[in-house]
Amino acid sequence: MDNESIKARVQTLVPEAQLEDNKQFITFVIPAEKMHDLALSLKNNEDLAFDYLFCLTGIDTVKHLGIVYHLSSTKYGHSVVLKVQTPDRENPAFDTVCDVWRSGEFYEREVFDLFGIRFNNHPDLRRIFLDDNWKGFPFRKDYVDEINIVEL
Amino acid sequence: MKETDFRDNETLETFKLPHHNFLLTTIDDIIDWGRSNSVWPLTFATSCCGIEMMAAGAARYDFARFGIEVYRASPRQADVIVVAGTIVNKMAPVLKRLYDQMSEPKYVIAMGACAVSGGPFYYNCYHVIRGVDHVIPVDVYIPGCPPRPEALLYGVMQLQRKIKLQSVTDMNKSL
Repeated sequence: MDNESIKARVQTLVPEAQLEDNKQFITFVIPAEKMHDLALSLKNNEDLAFDYLFCLTGIDTVKHLGIVYHLSSTKYGHSVVLKVQTPDRENPAFDTVCDVWRSGEFYEREVFDLFGIRFNNHPDLRRIFLDDNWKGFPFRKDYVDEINIVEL
Repeated sequence: MKETDFRDNETLETFKLPHHNFLLTTIDDIIDWGRSNSVWPLTFATSCCGIEMMAAGAARYDFARFGIEVYRASPRQADVIVVAGTIVNKMAPVLKRLYDQMSEPKYVIAMGACAVSGGPFYYNCYHVIRGVDHVIPVDVYIPGCPPRPEALLYGVMQLQRKIKLQSVTDMNKSL
């Protein structure tokens, strides 16, 4: 499918989606509660067939925490990027996409480890890189470590 | 460097311990010659320096001609551990355990800037150990990021010179 059809299809599935301009991939900002249903539709739809989540990362702009999903289709070769955000920094939580794409399990564990973003209904949410009793979430912009990090 | 400069290094003489017996020097020489020309390392490569170590072991800069004939997978059979790469907080207990499992006499070469002092991660990193000598005692430090294969060979030659200073009388003590 070409880019315009993909944009139109996502826009009809989620009317509140906002398109971001001038990005490498087609990028949409989605409200967080619509993400799981959109994920199921994107995967199960015959024309779109987004069956490969090739990256899931957390993002911390100072105003909000968010997740960026990179999807692509092994059948057609097209890709799309979806973003969700929350202004909540105390207990950020999103719905998991592990039941849609199995590769999300490890990605979401990494995001939980480094940003502290919880995922509802994740089968095994625990730290993956750092020690289990590590305090803090290093990739947040307000992470402070007096011993190791030298503020120049 | 000139051969005379390489051989003229007084600091190595300070490693000679005072209890070395002069009657045993020939036996010491033979045993040390045998030991230094046959150091077998443990397979331990964490990051980019591991690739340089593999390059040094490949055909062009072959270090099998220096005695590093095979890599032993088991620490019990290895002589030297070449710590090539960054050591993080999560890897440090593993490294300590491997070092403890090696049998005497054992040596450590810290290869690359990360193993020597934390390297490029010295300032702003929450999870890197600033130098492997916080965990295990090191014999030879090889700086570089990554060190050229020739630098690794030079480090191995220095280790060979250090081994040649050992004596039969301190068989049960490490250098």
